[in-house]
Amino acid sequence: MTSIAMQRRRATASRVWAQFRGSRQGMIGLAVLLVFVAMALAAPLLADVRELNPVFARAQGNPQWAPPSVFPPLGTDYIRRSVWAQFVWGSRVSLFVGLAATVLTILIGSVVGIVSGFVGGKVDAIFMRVTEWFLVIPFLPLAIVLASVLGRNVWNIIFVIGITSWPSTARLVRAQVLTVKQRLFVDRARSLGAGGGHIVAHHILPNVSGLILANATLAVPISILTETTLSFLGLGDPSAASWGKTLEEAFVNGAMARNAWWYFLPAGLGILAVVLAFTLIGRTLEEIANPRLSRSR
Amino acid sequence: MLVFNFFLFRVVQTDPIGSLFRGRNVPQSTIDNLRVAFGLDQPIGTQFLYYLRETAQLNFGLSYQSRQPVWDEIVRAIPATLALVGISSILSAVIGTFGGIVAAWRRNTWKDHSITSSTMVFYSMPDFWLGMILLVLFAVVLGWFPVGGITTAGSNETGLARLIDQAYHMFLPALTLTLAYLGEYTLVTRSSLLDVMGEDYLTVARAKGLRDVRVRNRHAVPNALLPVVTLTAINFGFVLSGAIAVEAVYSWPGLGKATADAIRGPDLPMLQALFLLFSAAVIVFNLIADITYSWLDPRVEEI
Repeated sequence: MTSIAMQRRRATASRVWAQFRGSRQGMIGLAVLLVFVAMALAAPLLADVRELNPVFARAQGNPQWAPPSVFPPLGTDYIRRSVWAQFVWGSRVSLFVGLAATVLTILIGSVVGIVSGFVGGKVDAIFMRVTEWFLVIPFLPLAIVLASVLGRNVWNIIFVIGITSWPSTARLVRAQVLTVKQRLFVDRARSLGAGGGHIVAHHILPNVSGLILANATLAVPISILTETTLSFLGLGDPSAASWGKTLEEAFVNGAMARNAWWYFLPAGLGILAVVLAFTLIGRTLEEIANPRLSRSR
Repeated sequence: MLVFNFFLFRVVQTDPIGSLFRGRNVPQSTIDNLRVAFGLDQPIGTQFLYYLRETAQLNFGLSYQSRQPVWDEIVRAIPATLALVGISSILSAVIGTFGGIVAAWRRNTWKDHSITSSTMVFYSMPDFWLGMILLVLFAVVLGWFPVGGITTAGSNETGLARLIDQAYHMFLPALTLTLAYLGEYTLVTRSSLLDVMGEDYLTVARAKGLRDVRVRNRHAVPNALLPVVTLTAINFGFVLSGAIAVEAVYSWPGLGKATADAIRGPDLPMLQALFLLFSAAVIVFNLIADITYSWLDPRVEEI
């Protein structure tokens, strides 16, 4: 890449950041997100991982179903484990699954969208048929069926979410590629002898990356919520307890009849905060990437 | 012609998927005589034909859990889901659209901000978690509503009294779903109306001296509602599959709870039939959405 192009990229990045800083909702979302990312990274410092083990919890002499007033900061559950430890360590799994599934979603969606839009013709027709087909089958039931067929494990969940949620990204990226392809600089590059790979890498990709980034940020909430629902329905990984898994255990073991609010409130609030943070960031990025939106809002 | 293609390839493709995961999965989880009983020792082509025939006759085999025919179980669960999710969908579509109109028309006022942010909060939480909170608050702590089910256990009321009892049981799950669905309608209506509000013909309408309310109701809203109509029609397709986790929370005896129970098994014939039904519903309503859209917006036919 030439240095002029590098400079231009850097200028674009700093312009986007300046615009982003000016948006209150974007900055709030970013701040909330950073808090949770810090929590997930610092999990070993915040809570002992052994607290997740019921044998350890019993040996510690933890009380059962203790409210936060008895066992700070967040009480204990039906097998004496600290809810705080579950919350802290659950944030790791929830964020990881959400982000990894989104990466997969965006990867499949972008590749299909770019190939489909750039190559056109028969390839486009076939790809779009497949996309439409995936778009139309009910997303959650398909995810449930796949997850129960594949088995309960973090990687399967990531795979299931990725494979079921890429079509909207593919359509969006394809539409954008189709407009970029018409632009003069693509013709110019081609007449200078550039091949398809070069054009995609140096001309198409930089022009759709903003859109892909905004779309990715908006896809994270869906991934996280899907993971939560799948876990709640008993399809979560038993060895890696996410927030959704905590909610499932609370529900199955009767936390609601006991009014053990300290057991199921934190995990849900965590999901709410993270999802909201990503939505706020995503909407801000979308407004920056697509100025038509920001004018009307 | 377009619609026909659209319909055809989907119907044809839905079946193999169903047969595929059946064929792949049963051998792992059950013993060989089940393979023979389900015809899985046959070559895949024969299996597929067999499967098509059985599906056409609505014969999905026996549920692993209850040993009852799967289709009977499903038919029994449909009315509960239709009632619950149907009512919640209609309520959320109406309230959400109205909220979106108010938010867009009074853009950047406190009304807009409170509507937009509150619906976004409901939109961002897992629906079943909202259900759990409402359940604990109104049923466990305050005791105003029953904790679950569709009728009071042991009651043998009939007629109107039974209906009232069911409505009483439906209140909390319906409230949960309505709040959970609201956000989408509000946000879509709002952004669609904002798009329309920049159009010239609204300025013309104002220049004619029409009152603000009339400009809104007669000129802006009808045009802005197009995407909302599509969204509604598509969402109705998801009615049958829409409330899996929420039904599980309230032990509402519908298709969602049947799905949740089938997962725990796992009850594969049940899951397979449910998935087929859910897909069929989505396809039918997508078709309806397409037709309504081209009927409402003549521009679609030009494309």
